[in-house]
Amino acid sequence: MVENRPLTAFLTHLVLILGVIAIALPVWITFVASTHDELRMNQAPLPLWPGDYFLVNMKQTLFGSGLSGTESAPVWLMLLNSLAMALMISTGKIAISLLSAFAIVYFKFPFRMGFFWMIFITLMLPVEVRILPTFEVVANLGMLNSYWGLSIPLIASATATFMFRQVFLTVPDELLESARIDGAGPLRFFFDILLPLSRTNIAALFVILFIFGWNQYLWPLLITTDTSMTTIVMSIKQMLEAAEQSPQWNIIMTTALLAMIPPVFVVIAMQKLFVQGLTETDK
Amino acid sequence: MLKRVHFPASVLPYLLVAPQIVITLVFFIWPASQAMYQSFLIEDAFGLGTEFVWFENFQILATDHHYLASFQRTAVFSVLVAALSMGFALILAGFAQRVVRGAMFYRTMLIWPYAVAPVLAGALWVFMFNPTLGIFPYFLEFAGITWNHYLNGPQAMALVILAAAWKQVAYNFLFYLAAMQSIPNSVIEAAAIDGAGPARRFWTIIFPLISPTTFFLLVINMVYAFFETFGIIHAVTQGGPGTSTTILVYKVFNDGFVGLDLGGSAAQSVVLMVLVIAMTVVQFRFVERKVAY
Amino acid sequence: MSIKSLLCASAVLAVAGSTAFAETEIQWWHAMGGTNGERVNKIAEDFNATQDEYKVVPVYKGNYTETMTAAIAAFRAKEHPQIVQVFEVGTATMMSAKGAIYPVEQLMKDAGEPFDGDAFLPAVVSYYETPEGELLSMPFNSSTPVLWYNKDALDAAGAEVPTTWDEVRTASQKLVDNGMKCGVSFGWQSWVMIENFSAWHNLPTGTKENGFAGFDTELTFNNASVAARLDDVASMGKDGLFVYGGRRGDSLPMFTNGECGMWMNSSAYYGSISSQAGFEFGQAMLPLDTKIADAPQNSIIGGATLWVLAGHEEAEYKGTAKFLSYLSSPEVQAWWHQETGYVPITTAAYELSKEQGFYDSNPGTDTAIKQLSLNTPTANSRGLRYGNFVQVRDVINEEMEALWGGEKTAQEALDAAVERGNDLLRKFERTAK
Repeated sequence: MVENRPLTAFLTHLVLILGVIAIALPVWITFVASTHDELRMNQAPLPLWPGDYFLVNMKQTLFGSGLSGTESAPVWLMLLNSLAMALMISTGKIAISLLSAFAIVYFKFPFRMGFFWMIFITLMLPVEVRILPTFEVVANLGMLNSYWGLSIPLIASATATFMFRQVFLTVPDELLESARIDGAGPLRFFFDILLPLSRTNIAALFVILFIFGWNQYLWPLLITTDTSMTTIVMSIKQMLEAAEQSPQWNIIMTTALLAMIPPVFVVIAMQKLFVQGLTETDK
Repeated sequence: MLKRVHFPASVLPYLLVAPQIVITLVFFIWPASQAMYQSFLIEDAFGLGTEFVWFENFQILATDHHYLASFQRTAVFSVLVAALSMGFALILAGFAQRVVRGAMFYRTMLIWPYAVAPVLAGALWVFMFNPTLGIFPYFLEFAGITWNHYLNGPQAMALVILAAAWKQVAYNFLFYLAAMQSIPNSVIEAAAIDGAGPARRFWTIIFPLISPTTFFLLVINMVYAFFETFGIIHAVTQGGPGTSTTILVYKVFNDGFVGLDLGGSAAQSVVLMVLVIAMTVVQFRFVERKVAY
Repeated sequence: MSIKSLLCASAVLAVAGSTAFAETEIQWWHAMGGTNGERVNKIAEDFNATQDEYKVVPVYKGNYTETMTAAIAAFRAKEHPQIVQVFEVGTATMMSAKGAIYPVEQLMKDAGEPFDGDAFLPAVVSYYETPEGELLSMPFNSSTPVLWYNKDALDAAGAEVPTTWDEVRTASQKLVDNGMKCGVSFGWQSWVMIENFSAWHNLPTGTKENGFAGFDTELTFNNASVAARLDDVASMGKDGLFVYGGRRGDSLPMFTNGECGMWMNSSAYYGSISSQAGFEFGQAMLPLDTKIADAPQNSIIGGATLWVLAGHEEAEYKGTAKFLSYLSSPEVQAWWHQETGYVPITTAAYELSKEQGFYDSNPGTDTAIKQLSLNTPTANSRGLRYGNFVQVRDVINEEMEALWGGEKTAQEALDAAVERGNDLLRKFERTAK
């Protein structure tokens, strides 16, 4: 801070508060929608203030039939499935990416560049674009209706590998030299030096990938036929388009609120590491 | 690229890359090559009747002016999403870096839309802008604007852009804030002593100093708008009215997954893959250059 | 909690959830979300309770397109269900896949289940029969577009329930003059304003008996009659009498919130409308365009049917046949019809509903079925069977939106829709042999 005039300070906070309101408004509206009954949610104009039905909706969502027509899977099970999927995707991706980035940066071996480019071209194409052939592969491997089928195909992406590659490239060469003088092998170097150095990046990636995994819907929709494998985001999507019916906004939004809590919690709890990890690699 | 100092070749590096290579081969390269093969076929949905047609699917695309128009639309969409979300994030970050107390609070409040699923974000915005029920059309009515994104193409486009940009503000904000906080205080103080006001200091000193971040974010946001927004479009407009919000990725998804035109959709995927590779190379070169200095 | 223990916990749950029964399991993939999903589950449960040899497991697979795509993807991977619910638009795609489907009539015969083709309502089943009259799939949830009206609003404006398009215009004018935001709106525009409009006035939408007589069909709905009607609707839009509100049921809130006094869409919205409308409402038959015909023909159905997929065990097909028999029994059909607003598929179910006094206590609920069976279906009003029709409908949606947006005239929009649609039909013809 250079100067400290009350007027500028006031203006600053005003802009920020307006920004927060603009950003948080959709989430506020989700909350408001979860506090009214179904009838009110189909009358114009929609409410801006909470009503009295929050507990009723929450009770129906958590302990009642929940989103009707999908009652065979209780909400807690869907949350658990989402959690398992998100954790498997994030830890799996981080693990394989750390290893391959380590190999590519610290070893010289035949076909190194070939491997590098093979990973590289998977960088951006989202799974949805190649979803039907991928489905056939997963089905042929007998991985339908399993956590493996839900998560492993989504691990095939290069973003994490590239992030770690960037991180490793910024690690001073002297560290490796002194490690080798101490007689440390590649694996000890990896676990004792590289891993601790990449702590914040791992945290940042974990947040990104956890959210990526949590928010999947088309893939789970296709590969799960057993209702006990339903994930929460998928169930919300399904409710939005009930045939020849208007959506039950109150229940959808209550479920949406529940579905938001875990990823928002992860983001906020790991905020500091997340920010550090993201921005340090970039610089 | 490779460390000057490195470990000697052994079987170890192969073991290290193996998991990723296997997964990439099985779940990416193989299905992608299937898609590529499919782009030479005209096939019924069940895969019972197949005709090998060489490049006919591509010819159909090249002569379809709706497809060609969606390139331009995609470009407009991506640029506007990037500009809107980055602009908003830049303003917020510019103010937030001036705040000493409460910075943490604002950051927390601004960060969480990042965690909301795209489908959910789409549903939320549709909900808020429903011409009959929504809150915004209700207030816009007072301003003399009749909102109907089911009929009005530009309004539909505006809505998907808003929804897509909203989700990305948090991410951009974090990067901008961090970049601004890394500028040495002495630089700004020197300018203040020279009599430059906050606004001038921002444009003449802070903004140029954070330009690498801006460029990096531009690439990230363009890629996001290009590839990750079809969930939003699917939930908000389904590409309509007319074809006014049909962007490339949405068309791939819609023709293949909804319309079951596997050959045509695969051909579009191939076009998209070529585009992706081109964009990746551009981004890659940029990232490399940045690491160099 | 570590991932491993989490996984173990969920694996145990999954096993517990699918308790190993000795019964033969029959998977039924469907697209019925919401309260209709609950009713689907009830049908399956009730069937399972009637016997202990078979167990029907309903699985909700998302909306119609998601359900169909999921089933096709599963078929390609040989992991498909026995029964899948497919919307009427997918009929040509399904029936051309000869090796993939097991025609329902054939299935009943093979399984030795009694099956009487004459028990079904002709207007409902004709859509799903081969030219030789063999039933391919079992109608499940069928509906037809009707004219929904806000009785209070019409009374207040001094307007009558319209029976012709001219009256729709005058009624709309009166409603708007009386302070309403619009007179009329509709959803599923290709289905309501082209497919049903043509059938209602005995006009063809394509050659070869609307595609029933062969895949070498061409679309012909760009005729002067349809164009004149759509031009008139577009001009109503300019006068503020008609407001376009989206491709599917998105415009429902316009009707239930009293913005629009009339709404043309599926009769199956009965449940949603009766729970949400704060006014007296009713349903009437679709309006007639007196410039085209003196009397209406009959409307065609929409909704979905149950297709049986090939490649399963004989025992499973026996159970499937039993279940389909149960499903089409008068009691189940009458219950389903009365609960949902979908039309009953058999004459017996219709008669049963009459006997139970359903139509007396719920006046207007038989509009759909009366409309469907108004006359013996002609080649123009039996239905339509076009390949790639999901995409063709997208094209029609796009072109009609260009019309409502004032970018094209009706003739231009229809010509473009027919041209683009025919390309899609030709593409389909090449793979469907």
